[in-house]
Amino acid sequence: MPEEIEKQKEEWKRSTVEPLLHRHPERKKEFVTGSDKPVDRLYFPGDYSQAEYLEKLGFPGQFPYTRGVQPTMYRGRLWTMRQYAGFGTAEESNQRYRYLLEQGQTGLSVAFDLPTQIGYDSDDPRAEGEVGKVGVAIDTLNDVEILFDGIPLDKISTSMTINAPAAILLAMYIAVAEKQGVGKVHLRGTIQNDILKEYVARGTYIFPPEPSMRLITDVFAYCSREVPLWNTISISGYHIREAGSDASQEVAFTLANGIEYVRAAIQAGLDVDAFAGRLSFFFNAHNDLLEEVAKFRAARRVWARIMKERFHATDPKSMMLRFHTQTGGSTLTAQQPDNNIVRVAIQALAAVLGGTQSLHTNSREEALALPAEESVRLSLRTQQILAYESGVTSTVDPLAGSYYLEALTDRIELDVWQYIDRIEALGGMIPSILKGYVQKQIQEAAFRTQRDIEKGERVVVGINKFQMEEKKPQELLRVDPAVHQLQIEKLSQVKARRNDSRVREALEQLREGAKAKDVNLLPLILEAVREYATLGEICQLLRDEFGEHRETIVL
Amino acid sequence: MAVKKIRILIAKPGLDGHDRGAKFIARALRDEGYEVIYTGIRQTPEAIVQTAIQEDVDFVGLSLLSGAHNELFPRVVDLLAASGAEDIVVFGGGIIPEEDIPSLKAKGVAAIFGPGTTTKQIVEFLESARERS
Amino acid sequence: MDLVTEVRRGNLRAIARTISLIEDLEPEAEVLVDALYPFTGRSRILGVTGSPGAGKSTLVDRLITLERHRGRKVAVIAVDPSSPFSGGAILGDRLRMQTHATDPGVFIRSMASRGFLGGIAAATGDVIKVLDAAGYQSIFIETIGVGQTEIKIVELSDVVLLVLMPGTGDEIQAMKAGVMEIGDIFIINKKDLPGADKLRTEVEYVLSFKNSVQAAGRGDGDSEGVSNPILMTSAVQDDGIEALQEVIESYATEIESAGRLAEKRRYRLERELLGILNRKVHELMDVHIEVSKQLPEWAERLYRRESRPYSLINEQIRSFLEERKSD
Repeated sequence: MPEEIEKQKEEWKRSTVEPLLHRHPERKKEFVTGSDKPVDRLYFPGDYSQAEYLEKLGFPGQFPYTRGVQPTMYRGRLWTMRQYAGFGTAEESNQRYRYLLEQGQTGLSVAFDLPTQIGYDSDDPRAEGEVGKVGVAIDTLNDVEILFDGIPLDKISTSMTINAPAAILLAMYIAVAEKQGVGKVHLRGTIQNDILKEYVARGTYIFPPEPSMRLITDVFAYCSREVPLWNTISISGYHIREAGSDASQEVAFTLANGIEYVRAAIQAGLDVDAFAGRLSFFFNAHNDLLEEVAKFRAARRVWARIMKERFHATDPKSMMLRFHTQTGGSTLTAQQPDNNIVRVAIQALAAVLGGTQSLHTNSREEALALPAEESVRLSLRTQQILAYESGVTSTVDPLAGSYYLEALTDRIELDVWQYIDRIEALGGMIPSILKGYVQKQIQEAAFRTQRDIEKGERVVVGINKFQMEEKKPQELLRVDPAVHQLQIEKLSQVKARRNDSRVREALEQLREGAKAKDVNLLPLILEAVREYATLGEICQLLRDEFGEHRETIVL
Repeated sequence: MAVKKIRILIAKPGLDGHDRGAKFIARALRDEGYEVIYTGIRQTPEAIVQTAIQEDVDFVGLSLLSGAHNELFPRVVDLLAASGAEDIVVFGGGIIPEEDIPSLKAKGVAAIFGPGTTTKQIVEFLESARERS
Repeated sequence: MDLVTEVRRGNLRAIARTISLIEDLEPEAEVLVDALYPFTGRSRILGVTGSPGAGKSTLVDRLITLERHRGRKVAVIAVDPSSPFSGGAILGDRLRMQTHATDPGVFIRSMASRGFLGGIAAATGDVIKVLDAAGYQSIFIETIGVGQTEIKIVELSDVVLLVLMPGTGDEIQAMKAGVMEIGDIFIINKKDLPGADKLRTEVEYVLSFKNSVQAAGRGDGDSEGVSNPILMTSAVQDDGIEALQEVIESYATEIESAGRLAEKRRYRLERELLGILNRKVHELMDVHIEVSKQLPEWAERLYRRESRPYSLINEQIRSFLEERKSD
C-alpha cells in the first residue's frame, strides 16, 4: 500500500474508528465471506503499479482474460439465457422447451432423469420410482426425436447435462439433426461429459476412471473433426460447490479436473489447440456477491496461465475460460420460498458481474420441487431485467478496481494455486480422488457450514432467523407416476419396430471397438443409435467391457 | 454391566447420488454417541433391508432427493416387515413434498425430515422413539 | 424365538440379535455363547489388518467372491474405532462390500471398538463363535492395524493377513516392533503405486531376519517353521486375488498338518479364558467394592497424602475376602 495512504490510515484508525468502536462496537467480532474467509473493514489501493495492472488485469479479450473473454462482453452480445429443464416424457419436456423459447430464452438446456444418466432403460428394475422424476426419460433415439420435435437444431444451441453416457446422447442428437437435414458441422451446443466431478460430488458415474477418460477423449477427437462448433465438455464446479466446498475449492478442483482432461487428450495424441478451444466450464453462483464475482475473475486468470505456461497453447481460444453459471440450489430454502426469488436475483447479478457466457436461474420453489411454469418464467424475467434494466451490461467488468474485489480475486487465485500444487504432488486429480483427498476437503467444508448454520453463526433467513408459521406451498409440480408405465410401453413399441439383426450387428461392432484401445467409439455408437439400440443396451455392453466404478471413500 | 448402544443405518436408496445431507447426518449422529452404519449411494431396498437385519439396527434413516420416495420408502418398510423386522423404525429425509408425508406415515415411515431440519430435531425423535420401545 | 436353535439354523435375525446381546454385554450372552460352543470349531478364521487406506475392505470384498465360488458361506466382522469423545462411531467398512449385501451366504457385521476394558477381544471372540455355530465356514475379522487391536487379532485368528501399501511409510512401520510378528501372510496392495517393489524387498528382508531368529531359537538351521508368503495385489483391479486365495488355502492346510493350527487354537483358548477370568474378577470386585464410585474418593485421599497406594487397595481386597468368608 502506498506510504502516504498507510500513514493516514493509521491516523484514521486512531482518531475516527477507535472512538466510535467504544460507543458502538461492530455487530460481530469477525466478519467472514460465504467461504469463511476474513473480510477487512476497509480495502485500499493495492500496490498495483502499471506493470502489475497490465499483468494481472489487462484487457478483456486478451490474456490473462481476468476482465472477460471478449473485448465487448455484453455490449456485444448478452449472455445466453439457458434454463435447465426436463421432466417426465419427451413430449412433456418438448412442450416446456417450446414455452421457454417463446418466452425469450435463447438456448436449450436438457435435464435427464437418473436412469438415463446412469445408463439404465426405463424398464430396468433399478429405474423403479425414478423414471422422469429429475429430468426427461430417454431410452432410444425415438425419445430424442420427440424431445426436439419442432425445434430447429441449426438455429438453437443445446446444452445436455449428461456425463457417463454423454457420447451416446451426443450421437442421438447428431442423428436427430440428420433427420432434420442439419449437418453435424452446423450443430452448436454442449455436453457436460465431466466424469471426474461425478466421482466426488454428483454420483452419476458408471465406469471406472480410465475407460471413462477414453470415452471423453474420443468425444474431443471426434468433434474436433466432425462437429467443430460443439463444446465437448463442461468442466463443472457447480456440483462441487453444492456438495459443500467453498469458493476457492470450487475453482481449484474444477481447474484441476480440467488439467487432467487436457493431459489425457494430449496423451491420446491430440494437439492442444485442436480441442482446447472447445472446452467450457460450469460454475455456481452463491450468495456472497463480491466473493463470487472475484471467484470468476480468478478462475479466468488461473486457467489462462495454465493453458499458456503448462500446456503451451498458442491459440487464444485455448486460453479463454468460457463458462455457464447456475445459481446455487443449496442456498434455497423450503421455508418462505419467496425469499428464494431475492437470493436468485443476487446470485444472477454476481454471475453477470463476473462475466458468465450463459446463465440458469433457479426458481422460487426449487427446494421443494421442479418449477411450475409461472415460477420458471419469473426466473427468466430475473435475467431479462438484469440484462435490460440494471445497467451493469453497459460496460465491461464494472467492479474492477474495487479494492475489495481485487484483494478477493488475488486471494482466491492464491488459494487455487495452492490446491492445484497439492493435487499435482499427489500425482494428479485421479490419484487425489482415489485417495479421497478431494472428497475430504469437500466434506470438511460441508460439515463446518452445516454446523455453523445449526449453531446460528451463519444466518439463513427464514431458517435460523426470521422464521414464521407458514401455509403449505401450493401447486407444486408433480411428475405423474404413470410416466413410468408410458415409457415402458413406448420402449417396447420401439423395440418391436426396429430391425433386431442390424441392432445386434451394430452392438457387436461397438463391442469390438470397446475392446480395442485405439478405436474411436463415436462412429460406432452413432451406428447403434441410428438402429434404435437402447441406451441401456449400449451401456450394459460398455459395463461388460469397462467394468463398473464402485464408491470406496467413506467419510 | 449391560451397555446398550443405539445403532442406526443411514442409507441412500435408488439412483440419487447427492450424499451431502446423508454424510452430514451420519457424522452428526456419531458425534451424539450413536453407532452409525453408512452404506453409500445406490442401495437397493433389498440391500438396505438385509444390511439392517445383519447389523441389528434400531433405526433405518433413508435419504432421497430424486423424487422416488413414494415408491422406495414403503418398499423398505414392507421388506423389513416381510423379514420379521417390523420393529426396526424407519425414518426419511431429503426432498419430500409435505403432501406426501401423511401417506408415507400411513405406510409405516415413522418420521420425515425435510430441508432445514436440525440435528437436534432428529436426536429428539430418536430418543423419544427409543423410550417408547 | 429360541436363539440357540435359530442361530444354528442360520436365521439371520437370530444371529444378528445374538451378536447384539454379546456386544451389549447382556447377561444372557454368556448362556448363549456356552450353549453354542459345542457347535463351534469348524470355521477358518482369517484376521485382516493393516494401516488405514491400505485397501483391506476392498481385498476382503474380492476374497468373499472367491470364497463363494468355492461354495463356502462367509462372514465378515469389520471393526472400526469408537469416538473417544462421544462414544459413537461411523462404521463404513461394509460400504466396500455391499455387492454381497443380498447374498444369503454372506453375513457382514460392523462392530465399533466401544473402548471397553477387554472390549473388542472379548466381544469379537464370542461373536466369532456365534458365526461359527451358524455355519459360516470362512470368517474374516477386519480391524485397523494400530495399537492394541492389532495384537488382539493374533489371539482371534487362525491366519493373519497383514495388508501394506507403498508410499505411506509402511516400510518404516514394518520394522517397528511387533507389527511383523503378527502377520502370517503379507500382502502388498495397490501394487501399481511407486515404491511397491522397494516395500517388498524390505518386507522380505525383515522376514528373513525374523525367520532366522526363530530358527536359532529352535536351535536348528532347518526351517521347521512355515515360511511367510508375500504377495502383490491390486484389489481394486482384481489383480492377484486368486493367487492370494490359493496361498491362504495352502498356508492354512500346511499349518494344520504341521500341528501348528491346533497349537494356535489352544493358545487362543488360553488367552480367552484368561480374558474372561480377568473380566469377571473385575466385575465381581466392581460390584462389591464399587470401584467406579469410590475411585475419586480414594484418589483424593492419596492426593492429600492421607493414604498410601498399596495399603489402600490391599485393605479393600482384604475386607472383601473377609466378607466372603463370613458369607
